[in-house]
Amino acid sequence: MIQAAVFYLFATVVCASGLMVILARNPVHSVLWLILAFFNAAGLFLAIGAEFIAMILVIVYVGAVAVLFLFVVMMLDIDFAKMRAGFAAYLPFGLMLGLILAIELVLVGGAWAFGDLAVQARAAPAPGGDLSNTQAIGTILYTDYVFIFQLAGMILLTAMVGAIVLTLRHRPGVKRQDVGKQNARTPANAVTITRPTVGAGVDTDVGVGSGRLGQ
Amino acid sequence: MTEFFQSILGEGLGWFVAHLILILLIALPVMLVMALSTWMDRKVWAAMMLRRGPNVVGPIGILQPFADGLKLFLKETIVPTGANKGVFFLAPMITFVLALVAWAVIPFDAGWVLADINVGLLFLFAVSSLGVYGIIMSGWASNSKYPFLGGLRSAAQMVSYEVSIGFVIICVVLYASSFNLTDIVESQRGNIFGLLNGNLFNPLLFPMAIVFLISALAETNRPPFDLPEAEAELVAGYQVEYSSMTFALFFLGEYMNILLMCALASILFLGGYLPPLNWAPLYMVPGLVWLFLKVVFMFFIFAWVKATVPRYRYDQLMRLGWKVFLPLSLFWVVLVSGWLVFTGHYSAEVASPPPVVESAA
Repeated sequence: MIQAAVFYLFATVVCASGLMVILARNPVHSVLWLILAFFNAAGLFLAIGAEFIAMILVIVYVGAVAVLFLFVVMMLDIDFAKMRAGFAAYLPFGLMLGLILAIELVLVGGAWAFGDLAVQARAAPAPGGDLSNTQAIGTILYTDYVFIFQLAGMILLTAMVGAIVLTLRHRPGVKRQDVGKQNARTPANAVTITRPTVGAGVDTDVGVGSGRLGQ
Repeated sequence: MTEFFQSILGEGLGWFVAHLILILLIALPVMLVMALSTWMDRKVWAAMMLRRGPNVVGPIGILQPFADGLKLFLKETIVPTGANKGVFFLAPMITFVLALVAWAVIPFDAGWVLADINVGLLFLFAVSSLGVYGIIMSGWASNSKYPFLGGLRSAAQMVSYEVSIGFVIICVVLYASSFNLTDIVESQRGNIFGLLNGNLFNPLLFPMAIVFLISALAETNRPPFDLPEAEAELVAGYQVEYSSMTFALFFLGEYMNILLMCALASILFLGGYLPPLNWAPLYMVPGLVWLFLKVVFMFFIFAWVKATVPRYRYDQLMRLGWKVFLPLSLFWVVLVSGWLVFTGHYSAEVASPPPVVESAA
């Protein structure tokens, strides 16, 4: 009974906050609602006993991805009127996407519930014994699916390198701090002691490191 | 205790009442220690500057935090014009609640833990990574320049240093073969020649302890990484517009986070509730006392750093996080896992995986 109550609580909050993401007038509020949705989805994972995935969801999505979302959205100056103007034009396209997603979800759910291939997996979705969730995922991910796992890692690496290459700019004339260089400096090559005569001034072009001046 | 209440009140209600009492038994002492830790922080800081520190309220000024709290309680709460009210008040609450909720998984002694969950360390990591929301939300909701800059700084800073904290945690987890905090503590029992307890004394993990300490300073916005509230440039950063109890919640949440990081460092590297030496007479002292002493020791180090080290510049902070700690800790994960495979140090369950259900694929 309490499991069902917990499920309905989390599921309701997920759906409601998902709705608020697109209904909120303020984009920062939208992101905050999105965070609430993530959080409650993690709660749903916990309710079915997938504690590892729940924690990873909170760490990766709430703790890192959504922070960056919030970071960007907070700094943007968004014109709400302009955003609302395109609403009607994009509505059919959005509805179509939503419909496709809904059909796919129903298909996946149906295949799981009624498919012939999934009979055994349905009977025991989690490996039994005293294996914890984390170990179970590890043993299947790094044995049966190790190549797919590596492939996913490679794709992410490529995406990361691509993003860095696209945004990296070499600006000339920027002074950068080189800690090694700073530590290697000694008074001999960093300090000059000058005794200029009255009215003569110091020849700064001679520069640092050339020894004593004006003697 | 749970059984006692369940025998009186029935299973569900008894469990509920027992856990409510257990939560209070953890939360109230934690809050008391946190109040005293603000006093200790100021005393240590003063001693290093050859001052006396707070010494008026109560003997050696020990009641000063309570006087400060009472003063803040009696002040007026000011909401800036144009502030986003809901988010403005939500932010300090989030900071405080998150700092408190993390103590649920801390083992205070063998078996003395409220929630003995499999993924305790991941839970702690998740909660500490959520701490950034209190700051970033307060920065935005205040509708003011300095808090906003402070919020942005802290978002970038905490996300950067979480990465290295994550890798440090992975190193320790590889040694313990578990995310459960009690298991991690128990894995350190006599782990160095059967004499010493604690990963700190393990030469392979010692550099990671240093990385963890520095990252923890950055994660809790302590000097030398207190850029989100750098008073010289941002007045007080994200706290500028907060007054009265809302400010108090931020202040308390911050100190509670520091204590939590101290407790986490004690559990990961100093052997948690175990005595530092694996010697029978030392086990006569309750584990709670050892954990408390270790937390106080770590807190002293935090205060020591605050008193002696100047503030980092922002680009230096980012350089340290991304260009030094990230490659170092990533390399160390490979090194530690390589060493563990080489020496055959992994648990039997992982070594022999169970047969996978064929028809699922």
